[in-house]
Amino acid sequence: MEKRVTFNERWLPYLLLGPQIVITLVFFFWPSGQAIWQSVLIEDVFGGNSKFVWFENFAQLFRDNSYAHSAQITVVFSFLVAAIGLGISLLLAVMADRIIRGATAYKTFLIWPYAVAPAVAGVLWGFLFNPSVGIIAWMLQGIGIEFNYVINGNQALLLVVIAAVWNQISYNFLFFLAGLQSIPKSLIEAAAIDGAGPGRRFWDIIFPLLSPVGFFLLVVNIIYAFFGTFGVIDSLTKGGPGKSTEILVFKVFNDGFRGQDLGGSSAQSVILMVVVIALTVVQFRFIERRVHY
Amino acid sequence: MTRILLSSVAAAAVLASASTAFAQTEVQFWHAMGGNLGEAVNTLVDGFNKSQSEYKVNPVYKGSYTETLTAAIAAFRAKQAPHIVQVFEVGTANMMAAKGAVYPVYQLMADAKEPFDPKAFIGPVYGYYSTPDGKLLSMPFNSSTPVLYWNKELMQKAGLDPNTPPKTWPELGEMAKKAVAAGAKCGFTPQWQTWTMIENYGAWHNLPYATKDNGFGGTDIELKFNDPARVKFIQMLADWTKDKTFVYGGREGKSTALFTGGDCVFHVASSGSAAGIDKALGGTSKYGIAMMPYSPDVIAKPQNSIIGGATLWVLQGRPAAEYKGVAKFMSYLASTPVQAKWHQETGYVPITTAAAEVTEKEGFYKKFPGREVGVQELTLNPPTANSKGLRIGNFVQIRDIVDGELENVWSGKKDAKTALDDAVKAGNDQIKRFDAANK
Repeated sequence: MEKRVTFNERWLPYLLLGPQIVITLVFFFWPSGQAIWQSVLIEDVFGGNSKFVWFENFAQLFRDNSYAHSAQITVVFSFLVAAIGLGISLLLAVMADRIIRGATAYKTFLIWPYAVAPAVAGVLWGFLFNPSVGIIAWMLQGIGIEFNYVINGNQALLLVVIAAVWNQISYNFLFFLAGLQSIPKSLIEAAAIDGAGPGRRFWDIIFPLLSPVGFFLLVVNIIYAFFGTFGVIDSLTKGGPGKSTEILVFKVFNDGFRGQDLGGSSAQSVILMVVVIALTVVQFRFIERRVHY
Repeated sequence: MTRILLSSVAAAAVLASASTAFAQTEVQFWHAMGGNLGEAVNTLVDGFNKSQSEYKVNPVYKGSYTETLTAAIAAFRAKQAPHIVQVFEVGTANMMAAKGAVYPVYQLMADAKEPFDPKAFIGPVYGYYSTPDGKLLSMPFNSSTPVLYWNKELMQKAGLDPNTPPKTWPELGEMAKKAVAAGAKCGFTPQWQTWTMIENYGAWHNLPYATKDNGFGGTDIELKFNDPARVKFIQMLADWTKDKTFVYGGREGKSTALFTGGDCVFHVASSGSAAGIDKALGGTSKYGIAMMPYSPDVIAKPQNSIIGGATLWVLQGRPAAEYKGVAKFMSYLASTPVQAKWHQETGYVPITTAAAEVTEKEGFYKKFPGREVGVQELTLNPPTANSKGLRIGNFVQIRDIVDGELENVWSGKKDAKTALDDAVKAGNDQIKRFDAANK
């Protein structure tokens, strides 16, 4: 039986939806439309000298070494954030699932990092790893590792991965925990009776049943790594040192607002929009039907 | 019903009180001077506001130079531009190319019938911001030039004479190595490395940064800073990183913390940092200021330095009557007592020769030795085509590229030649785009 809400007045549903639609139009469609329009122009910053150039901005991007480099960094970064984030939060969820006493306390502490804004997370981890005054940097120096993310590009990338993963762990943890708790206990008990150890029970029963949740989280994490990590990068490294942490979304900001290249920046923006639309389509087509909460 | 009536009466009263007619015309001045520089700006603007009652200048701190410029651009596009915006020198070419957005200062002063004497300004300062035929486009405000700061205590600890700074780069290297051996955490660190180590190294040694007179002669230019002299210089600095003779402290002004914290012996930084350094280290007995070192195998005697800092650009789009207030404010800023005070309080160079002379007469340079070094460097020799300044489009991106490549050198990823060649290649791409966007 289909669930349907019926309204007595015909205009009431439109009125109720109205505010949301207005917000979506103003804050999503309008800027996107403007980005698409600006991506086919080359203009000076103040808007005085606009030239229509078809797809010259896009062609320029594909010729540009630094765009390819930025795309490469983004792929590496997203892979690390998704893999490490999902791995750690799955581990935490499996452990939290078995706790009986103090479960609420553990869950609260594990959920809390999600409430921290990305920029604040960046500053936080920046302080901990600061080459002059950071506690963790000092401890690393004590065991002989010279940590300076201002100079070393790989260390900077590692640091932003850590900060981004820390911020997102709670979200993954919650979904994994809910997924775990929706697995019928009878299946696991049956396996245990049949002699399967905890490892086999996990890999052969729990993991396959978690895979819809896992795939959903994978897509969400990739979108997060692409876009939601802007705050972390801006407050920690600003794309440096030497462009080693300049992910695509940060390059959009850098080229547009610092470099004032609005045409090129809008072209990059449009490309990213296509990427996220594709990812969302994948998610809706393959996942939505199969996830159980 | 009564509640609605009461609150609407209150709202109306508030709105009515907010729209009382202004006796004064407000002039919006957006700047990027924070900290004690910001306070100096506020004092300066207060002086203008108190000196007359027709106009009120409202100084607003908008963040860094980049943030201030971005805000001004966004405001202009929304038709809510400020009257005056402070733009760093690297934005000059972009601002000049902005058709219809900028109100050139020479035109502003003429239209408002304000007295204006181009000859009163110091040559390199005026020349950087004028057209090739001498018409001033933006008002010089805070111009600086790189100077050498040194830590007297750390030199003493190394057994060196604290009152004899190094004159050449090889000398600096030797002294820095001795200081590090005696316990200093770092020998030398540069501030704004693209400006001090690449752009000013070029001017100081009479080497071009780009073709067509560093961009003064046109926009279809090519970069030339990967010459053998600079490659050798950067490679020397890269070799110095191995034993902490050279320590990289970060982009822009971040490295100054290494000097003010007492870690580094030598610091090539903006003359505008003098006041802050003085406050941090505790007086001229603890630090000294001298001319930048030079490389004797490149040039026998240094040429002259070029300015950094920022100017004030006037934006179009406001009612015509308000620009008279802007012109009066410009006159006020260029007046001798104001310039002399600004120069003394901040360390930025005085933009008029009169202000420099007055400062000298007041004995300021005796009380604060080293503050005159900036002007001396700028006026050391009549500027050549390579040392008048830079006028490069998309300069913010080009500096970012150079910053990134230099960081590759410091971290050992690339050698100096590869890095500078790559920077020139990527920079030329940026220039082509600027050229195309502004035809």
